[in-house]
Amino acid sequence: MSSDFQIELREVTHAYRTDSGPLPVLDNLSLKLPKDTFTAVVGPSGCGKSTLTRLVSGLMKPDEGQVWLASKLVTSPRPTVGMAFQNPVLLEWRTILQNVMLPLEIVKSGMSKAEGLERAHALLDLVGLTGFEDKRPSELSGGMRQRASLCRSLIHKPEVLILDEPFGALDAFTREDLWCTMHDLRAIEPFTCLLITHDLRESVFLADQVVVLSGRPAHAQYVLNVDIPGKRTLDDLYTPKAVAMLADLRHQIQVAQGRTDGAATPAAHAQRGAKAPTPEAQS
Amino acid sequence: MTNIFRKVGVPLIFIGAVLVLWEWAVWFNGLPDYRMASPSDLLPKFWQFRWLFLERSWETLWRTVAGLGLAIVVGTLLGMIMGFSRTARDGLYPLLVGFNAIPKATVVPIVALIFVGQHDFNTILLAFMISFFPIAVSVSIGLSTLEPEYRDILRSLGASKFTIFWKIALPKTLPEFFGALKVAVTLAFIGTNLMEIVSPHGRGLGDLFDSGRISADYPLMFAVLFALAALGIVLFYIVVALERVFAGWAERGQG
Repeated sequence: MSSDFQIELREVTHAYRTDSGPLPVLDNLSLKLPKDTFTAVVGPSGCGKSTLTRLVSGLMKPDEGQVWLASKLVTSPRPTVGMAFQNPVLLEWRTILQNVMLPLEIVKSGMSKAEGLERAHALLDLVGLTGFEDKRPSELSGGMRQRASLCRSLIHKPEVLILDEPFGALDAFTREDLWCTMHDLRAIEPFTCLLITHDLRESVFLADQVVVLSGRPAHAQYVLNVDIPGKRTLDDLYTPKAVAMLADLRHQIQVAQGRTDGAATPAAHAQRGAKAPTPEAQS
Repeated sequence: MTNIFRKVGVPLIFIGAVLVLWEWAVWFNGLPDYRMASPSDLLPKFWQFRWLFLERSWETLWRTVAGLGLAIVVGTLLGMIMGFSRTARDGLYPLLVGFNAIPKATVVPIVALIFVGQHDFNTILLAFMISFFPIAVSVSIGLSTLEPEYRDILRSLGASKFTIFWKIALPKTLPEFFGALKVAVTLAFIGTNLMEIVSPHGRGLGDLFDSGRISADYPLMFAVLFALAALGIVLFYIVVALERVFAGWAERGQG
């Protein structure tokens, strides 16, 4: 048995053991991420999104079901994975360049030291951090730290990038800046990306498919294919088509939160959203 | 003001001011030197016993450093055990707190009896016993409060536990470690002198202090206190210098 997808979750069920008994977080979750595509996962707060990243990266094993990565069953962490979190977790005692180089000290990437350095400089240049190589993380702004964190997650040429709300703590303009940086990175060097986010605009702007998780315990409640062809710009978020998609997702989130009756058709909401975007569709 | 003046000149001026105030207070109250020696009484004493002071200072110094070294090794190991294992932490903490609560002056006669005649060993042992606690506690707190994301960054790449400790946990704990070391260095110094004074055996500044007491040479006793203070300052700033080198990033981070 194997998987044709870069990442595949098959009927994954997981529960945390707590003092007051098991807390189920994932229930029969199945996901398919084709190679070199970008998948965003959205869902209500506490629905198990971060658990999902820990399962895919091999930091945790599911109680039931299987996680496949590049046709191999995930049983432990893999060096072909890069990760970035909401907290950039840069090591304060290292310079930015040394932070970016950290994975190369652990993973056998086949790169020589010089090649690694060259790649680090290229990545830092791409995210606009040239000139900050020798600075300490504490000397950088939050957005710059997150850029450095992105470089670190990509330095060892991972096949899969797992992002757990990396832009969540940034201000709106810095966030939009980093979205564009993500597109630039993917244009140069393809990788499969799994993004956990709370931001629907972010999911639509970045992803090829958006998966809405249901409330806890989570399963894949809804999958939206984002068919915005060509190079995306921020203006693409304000076309009627994008607004309709956002309204659609918004509706699905409300269903997941149990606030709206699932019977109301997403299409009706999408149409309403397309004509006159409601404030909630913008969020 | 230049930086060097601020770092060296200002403290020297303050020390000088305190000495002048002390000299004046003794003179003003007309105290004889057997009740309160003044700084001007001390210089002749230092000169009279200059070789003895050097020898005894060295004895006190090396035994303090040896005890502190032992405290660093054992304290760090204990801290690591408590930092990584919840069970060990729950089990060891009350024990350590209890041990630390015992006034070390009461331990001196016991230790002197157990290892009778082993003066150097006894002294080092006491310096160690009094100073390892803050190191063990700070290392264990530093390790147990390591944010899981720091661990995950390396674990997700398949790093071993040792690599995670070496690359992340250890350096991240260094600021706490040096904070504790500043306390421990002073404590170790107290431990050494406690043994030298309570169980005199002809070695160290503590013993010189005791000789002064026995022969009612009060200016000598004050002179020993001065030498002890000077040694304490030197040891403390050696730790500060080491902290600059190994954990200077933490200081700059707050600036």
